[in-house]
Amino acid sequence: MSNNHHAVAAEGGHDHGTLTTKLIWRVFWILLGVTLFEVGIAFTSIPKDILMYTFIVLTIVKSYYIVGYFMHLKYEAVPFRWTILLPFILIVYLIFIALYEGSALSMSPL
Amino acid sequence: MASHAAPANPSKIWGGGISPFSMTWGKMFMWIFLVSDAFTFSSLLIAYGYMRHRFSDIWPIPGDVFTHFPFIHGHVPLAYVGLMTFILIMSSVTMVLAVFAGHNLDRKAVLKWLGLTIIGGFMFLGSQAWEWFHFIHGSEKGAYVLADGRFARTDDLEPGVLIFQDHSKVEGAEAQALMETAKKNIHGANLTENEYGNTPLFANFFFFITGFHGFHVFSGVVLNIIVFILVYQGFNDRKKDYELVEKVGLYWHFVDLVWVFVFTFFYLV
Repeated sequence: MSNNHHAVAAEGGHDHGTLTTKLIWRVFWILLGVTLFEVGIAFTSIPKDILMYTFIVLTIVKSYYIVGYFMHLKYEAVPFRWTILLPFILIVYLIFIALYEGSALSMSPL
Repeated sequence: MASHAAPANPSKIWGGGISPFSMTWGKMFMWIFLVSDAFTFSSLLIAYGYMRHRFSDIWPIPGDVFTHFPFIHGHVPLAYVGLMTFILIMSSVTMVLAVFAGHNLDRKAVLKWLGLTIIGGFMFLGSQAWEWFHFIHGSEKGAYVLADGRFARTDDLEPGVLIFQDHSKVEGAEAQALMETAKKNIHGANLTENEYGNTPLFANFFFFITGFHGFHVFSGVVLNIIVFILVYQGFNDRKKDYELVEKVGLYWHFVDLVWVFVFTFFYLV
């Protein structure tokens, strides 16, 4: 029975005990480390394209830690997590069409 | 055993009677507001990306624009925004610690961490004011619109050198002659022209996106101060509930999250 309770809490109940001060500081060091790494590689001779994709991936990593741990979404109920995250498919689609059209326009004469 | 089976796992099966998200209305509506606000910021940043791709040949490189750092003469690109990012992440940590203390109904600790968060917010706003001042003020020599309509920047560290949009350089007497016959000398930035590139869009997006974010930070600081006063007066102790801190905490982390994206798409990429 007690095992069962633990499983529920870990799976997405609202057990606030799972977020400890130790974990909060660990997330802080991860965020700081990633930011310093980004600034550090910005002026190396790594090709621009690779840099750009690295920055975008690292930004998503950072937002995972902020939303998941600081905003506590990782510990909320699973249906709620999807309710919040799914609408952002529309944003991904908008990024795709806007950048595609922007590039196409820049290649055509005015 | 069988009688235990149904209520043992309420988060899995929803049969009515309890909240399916096991969350209060107040917190859920803060989340829904934040999703809509995230859409607003996404639209702004996507509009920026669209225009940047559209005018990719004349768009300024952010690493050449944001090079100032207090008390340091010379170019220190990205260091200042890196510092601003650090300040905001730090204030986000103090905010989580305030929320954490709230769960333990520890009024003193909430006041301490929330107070530090407010200080961090003011430090960020001050940094942003400094950044805007330098962006508006610009460099010593500014940029030139030459007689033939070409656009050329100058660099305070390389006096007498003109830098064109394709990064080619002209110096010496030739540059001097071009500067003297130039149509216009642009200093700093405003909504119609700026010395960083031959398009007003760059400065417009800078003012609008960082301004909109800065206004969010300002609102967050005001909300934090209101909650600080309520906690100080014992409002949350009487209710035995510190969810108010959690709600402003969500907003504050969101503001931090937006800055992470602005930092990447405005300053890094």
